[in-house]
This record gives sequence, structure tokens and C-alpha cells, in this order.
Amino acid sequence: MVPIAYYLVLSAVLFSIGVAAFLIKRNIITVFMSIELMLNAVNLAFIAFSRQWSQATGHLQVNGQIFVFFVMVVAAAEAAVGLAIIIAVFRARNTLNVDSIDLMKL
Amino acid sequence: MNPNLHLWLIPLVPFAGFLVNGLLGRKAPKALVTTVALVASLVPAIQVAVIVTKFSSLTLPCSENLGAWIRSGAFHADFSFQLDQLTLIMLCVVTGVGFLIHVYSIGYMAQDSSYWRFFAYMNLFLFFMLTLVLAENFLLMFVGWEGVGLASYLLIGFWFTRDSAAKAGMKAFIVNRIGDFGFLIAMFLLIAHFGSLSFGEIFPRISAAPDLQGGFLTAIALFLLLGATGKSAQIPLYVWLPDAMEGPTPVSALIHAATMVTAGVYMIARTHVIFDRSPLALSTVAIIGVATAFFAATIGIVQTDIKRVLAYSTISQLGYMFLACGVAAYSAGIFHLVTHAFFKALLFLAAGSVIHALSDQQDMRFMGGLRTKIPITFWTMTAAVLAISGAPPLAGFVSKDEILYQAFISPNGGKILWAVGLLTAGLTSFYMFRLWYLTFFGESRTAAAHHEEDLAPVHARSDTKLTLEAEPPHAVRESPWVMLAPLIILAILSVIGGFMGWPEALGGSNWFSHFLDPAVKSVHMSYEQTAVALATSAPATPIPAPAGDNHLERILALVSTLVAFTGWLTAHILYYAKPELPARLAAQLHALYALLKNKYWVDEIYSALIVAPVLFIARWILGVLIDRGVIDGGGLITGYTAQGFGALVARIQSGNIRSYAGWLALFAALLLAISWFGWTAHFTLR
Repeated sequence: MVPIAYYLVLSAVLFSIGVAAFLIKRNIITVFMSIELMLNAVNLAFIAFSRQWSQATGHLQVNGQIFVFFVMVVAAAEAAVGLAIIIAVFRARNTLNVDSIDLMKL
Repeated sequence: MNPNLHLWLIPLVPFAGFLVNGLLGRKAPKALVTTVALVASLVPAIQVAVIVTKFSSLTLPCSENLGAWIRSGAFHADFSFQLDQLTLIMLCVVTGVGFLIHVYSIGYMAQDSSYWRFFAYMNLFLFFMLTLVLAENFLLMFVGWEGVGLASYLLIGFWFTRDSAAKAGMKAFIVNRIGDFGFLIAMFLLIAHFGSLSFGEIFPRISAAPDLQGGFLTAIALFLLLGATGKSAQIPLYVWLPDAMEGPTPVSALIHAATMVTAGVYMIARTHVIFDRSPLALSTVAIIGVATAFFAATIGIVQTDIKRVLAYSTISQLGYMFLACGVAAYSAGIFHLVTHAFFKALLFLAAGSVIHALSDQQDMRFMGGLRTKIPITFWTMTAAVLAISGAPPLAGFVSKDEILYQAFISPNGGKILWAVGLLTAGLTSFYMFRLWYLTFFGESRTAAAHHEEDLAPVHARSDTKLTLEAEPPHAVRESPWVMLAPLIILAILSVIGGFMGWPEALGGSNWFSHFLDPAVKSVHMSYEQTAVALATSAPATPIPAPAGDNHLERILALVSTLVAFTGWLTAHILYYAKPELPARLAAQLHALYALLKNKYWVDEIYSALIVAPVLFIARWILGVLIDRGVIDGGGLITGYTAQGFGALVARIQSGNIRSYAGWLALFAALLLAISWFGWTAHFTLR
């Protein structure tokens, strides 16, 4: 039996890598990938907790797993929309560098 | 029951005239402006005349309440007017002289481009002056009091493109504010002690309380006196009146001689119930009056501007009125007010006629020899000069002698007051005849004015842009009839006006004094009341009723006539028989001459002691330190702080997604750390 802490540490490490990559990387596709990494780090934590809770109560607890499905659906939708936006931005500005895509600035 | 007199119409008609001329006059034809102004000043005069005919059948005081103005708890001040003998006299003077001066102004102001504005202001003045004399409470009186000050300011600064006129207007207004401050404090004290400002409530309550002596009544009286010295140009607040001569001459005649400046005398007579209870305040009034009379007369001796001589003469004559009030002879003061209104208005109007004839020349050094050239002006002026000098039986003789007699028989220090007053009468006679000789006799010096520009003669309007269309200097000529007719009427009044109050000692009936007595007679307590007052509280000191003495009065009249004659004789010798003497005298008495010529340096002293410190405080302490430093600075500091902080915070919102994410991550980590380690507790790793 692997202790839950192992999963959580792995989740935290993955999440931190995601955050770091998000902050550091300039290529928008890498940024996008780092977002996916953060989402999956969270998914891992959900699953780990779900399993621990089932063991503690003796019944199957699926709340965490359902959340994971939700996250996957949202991530899929986000990937579809996000990649479409990236393509549109690339066509318009001919670059994928996030620093030069700062139209939201006041 | 009194018939409805519609007293409110008396002030309101001139106000309507002011509105019409003030709002529409600029575009209206001159004839229309003239008609409106004349009607607006004539209607009140007619109404007053009607009231005079009904007067004997009225029960006095006849008051008229138009409704509440201010209500606050038990205190209330209403729009209410009242009519009694004193009011009636003032109404006659204001509307009568006011109308005559309006007529005169048609001629005098004919060339002025702001003709409509002049008449609008004149009507405004009449409105406020009539409000002042008709008011039934202190507050409404104060409205009129302030209003005449405003009209005076507007009219002194009428030719406002000339710097000196604008400044003179401000000076008059500011000096009057000091007096108004006294009036306001007096009103606050009245509210504090009586809870009312109505004449009809306060005066009977004072009369009914014989033990009410001195104390706060003295304070009220002295503060009222401060107000009166401001409005009536008495020491120490007289300095504005000579400068007020910057206004057009009809204004000087109406406002600064006949009516507005007498408001202080009217106010003291109106509130005599308060003054009667305070011997200290009364003595102060008398001393201020006689000191001003003498002081101003000495300055008047050496002035060369014809209007300034008259201005100092006005201050001096107002001093006589104060003297009369100060010895509790209110009817004598009001009598002098009336006769003074006649002859001083006449003097100013005649001087205006002279100025008009000489194409706006005001300096007596450049007059002379006008006797035959402008005969009607000369003769009317002669009547006025004789009247003010106290030549019997003209108006000034009667009223001035009444005052001197009352001063002589007054109990405290009356002889000294009388002596100074008598000396002043001599001076008055001297400087008036000096003016008369310089203006009308000797050789004509009008030509000299055009050569001796270095003497800087005073020109009335030479440098104002408003009157560019004024004609170039013309030959000396008599003024038009529209100006001469008021002169003649006033001259007749100056000659016969004295018979209204011809003293009993000289075989008259002193009708004026008896007429006025019900309104202004000092309320002397009966012996029983006095006894009660003496027994119950501090000793009451009512002013003893002066005992009349016909023989004494005749002697005093003779003495003052002789003094006036001496004044004339001196002027005759110095300015007619031996015209080279004055210059030699001035050289010999150089120090004295300089002292008088520079008006005792009072303006300079005031400017050093009061104006300069006030300006210093205003400019540096209040202006630079408080206004620009604290108030502006405070605002700026607040603004810059917000701006700087905002600029700092705005940097967070860079528009760069990654920086947002960075902030988010940073603060999330911080939050995590806080929730893990605790916020307030030891922030250390356990």
C-alpha cells in the first residue's frame, strides 16, 4: 500500500512544475501544456483522496472521481477553444510569444 | 383704527424702478429711463404727502405687518413697517430731497453713457433708505442699513474705470463693515436679553423697567454707536466720506450729505430709549460728535477741492447732530438733520452746477469770478452758505443754536461741549465763506488750469473711458433749468426751513420739537417710579429734564451769531480784501498748515496701524501660509498621495497574463504559508 502522501507530493511537484512553466515559458503552446499539467496534478490529488476516503469509510466514494471527469471535460473543451484561439492569434500576429500578445493591457 | 396706508408701497415703488431700469435700461431710450426713474421717485413723495395730510387723524405708531420673515422658536422677525413722527420726518426728507436730486441728475448726468445705470442705482438707494426708516424691527432696519451701503458703494464707484473711484467705493464699503459689525453685535445682545428685535417689544419693556440702567444696555448702546459712527462718518470711522466724493455730485448730495449719512443719527434717535438709560453711552455720543465736528471743520479750512470742503463740512455737521443726540436733545438733532439736508444738498448741487459750468473742474484754485457768469447758482449757493454759517434767520442758525443751547444746559460737561461747538460754528462760517469767495469772487482763474498741469487739478471725469463722448471744455455757462429748479426750491427751503422750529425764546413756537416729542422725548420716570427704583435696586440716574431759560437762549443765540459773523469777517479779509494773506499765513504757520492740509495724517496712520497689518496677515499668513500652504497644500498632498499610490498599484495590471499568474501564485503561496504557520502567532517554523 502506497501512502497517500506519496501521491500528494507527486501532485504538488507536478503542479509546481506547471506553475513554473506557465510563468517562465514564452511560447504559448508550452504555456498551454503547462496548464494541462496543473489540471492533471489536481486530478491526481482528487483520485488519491477519493481512494483514501473509500478505504477509510469502507464504501466506494466517487465524488473525487466525478470531479476528475468534470475537469477532463472542461480541459478537453478548453483545449479545443484554446488551440483554435492560438491558431487565430498566430494567423493575425504571426507569433506565438505571449509577451507580444498583451492586448488586454489598459 | 388706522386706515390702510400701504406703507410697503413707499419703498417698493423705487425698487420697481430699479428693476425696470436696471434690467431693461441699457437698451431703452433715454427718455424712458428718465420717466421711469422720476416716476419711481415721485410716487413715494406723493404717497408721503398724502400721509402728511392724514397724519393728525392717525393713532401712532401706526404699524403694518406684511408677514413673517424669520421664525425660530419664540423669536420672530417680520416684514413690518411702522410710522410715527420721526419716521414721517425722515420720509419727507428722503422722498422730497430724493426727488429733487433725481430731477437735478437729469441735467447733470445727461452726457454720461451709463445714464440708465445711474438712475437704477439711485432708485435702489431710495428703496433701501426708505426701508431703513420705515422698518419696525432692527433686522429689517439692518437690511436697509446694509442696502444703502451697497447703493453707496455702487454709486461712489460709478465711474469705476477710474482707479481712485473704484478704490474709494471699496474703502467706503469696508469702513462701513466695521460699523455694521457693531450693529450686528448690538442685535445679538438684544436677542440675548429680550428675545426680540421688534421696536414695539423692546422699547416698552425697557420703559416699563425703571431699574434697567447701564450694564448691558450700555454695551448695546455703544455697539449701536459704533454702527452709527460708520454710517454717519464720525470719528473714528469718518475716513471714507471724503473719498466718497469720487462719485457723481448728485450722489454726494443725496447719499453723502442729505440722507444716508444721517442714518446713524436717525438710528440713535430711534433707539433713544436704550441710550437714555446709559449716561456713559450718551456722553460718548456727545464727545464723539463734538470732537468730529471740530476736527472735520479744521480740515475743511485748507482743502482746495470744492467737494472735499463740503465733505468735511458734512462730517462736521453730522458731528453737531451727534452732539445733540448725546445731550439727549434728539429732536434738536433731527431738526438739524432736516435743515442740513436742505442746505447741504443745495451746497452739493450748487457745487455740481459750478463743476458742470466749468467743464468738470473741481479745484477752487482754478475758479473765481463766477458771480456774474452763473448768477442763479451763485444766489442759491449764497443762501446755502448763509444757512450753514448760521446767519439768522436761516435754517442753519435755528437748528445749530438749538443744539448749542441744549448742549449748554446739559448737566455733564455741557459748557465744554458748547464752547467747542461754538468754535466749530465759527470755523464753519469761515470755511464756507472761503469757499464762497474763492468760487465766485476775485479774478477768474479758470484759464490757469490749462497751463498749470503740474498742479494736477482735480478733474471730475477727465480720465474715464465711459464718458469719451463728453464735450471738450466749453465756455463758462449757466446750467440748464432742470438743474437750477431743484437749486431754487432747496434755496427757498434753506431760507425758510428754520421757521419750523423757531425757538420759543425768540417768539416762535418750536413746532418741530413739539411735533417730534412723542416719538423721541426721553422717557423721564415719575417721582414715584424713581423712588421705587431707588429703594429697590441700584440708584437710577435718569437724565434730568433740562429746564428752559429764554433769557439764556437769547444770549447764546447772540453769541453764536457774533461768532459766525467773525468767521465771515475773517474769510472776507483773507480771501476778498487781502487775497495775498492766506499764502503768507500758510508759510508762517507751516507746521499747522501741513497738519491740516494732510488731514492730520489720519489716513496714513490708519494705513500703517490697521491696513498694513491686515494686508500683511491676509497676504502672507492667510494667503501664503494658510491658503496656499495648508489648504491648497493639503489638497495637493492628498491628491499626489492617491496618484502615486495608484500609479504604484496600477503597475500590477500590466496586461501581461504571466505577471498576473505570477502574482496569483505568489499570493496563493503566501496564503498557504499563513494558513500553515498562522497569522498572529509566532511566525516561526515549529
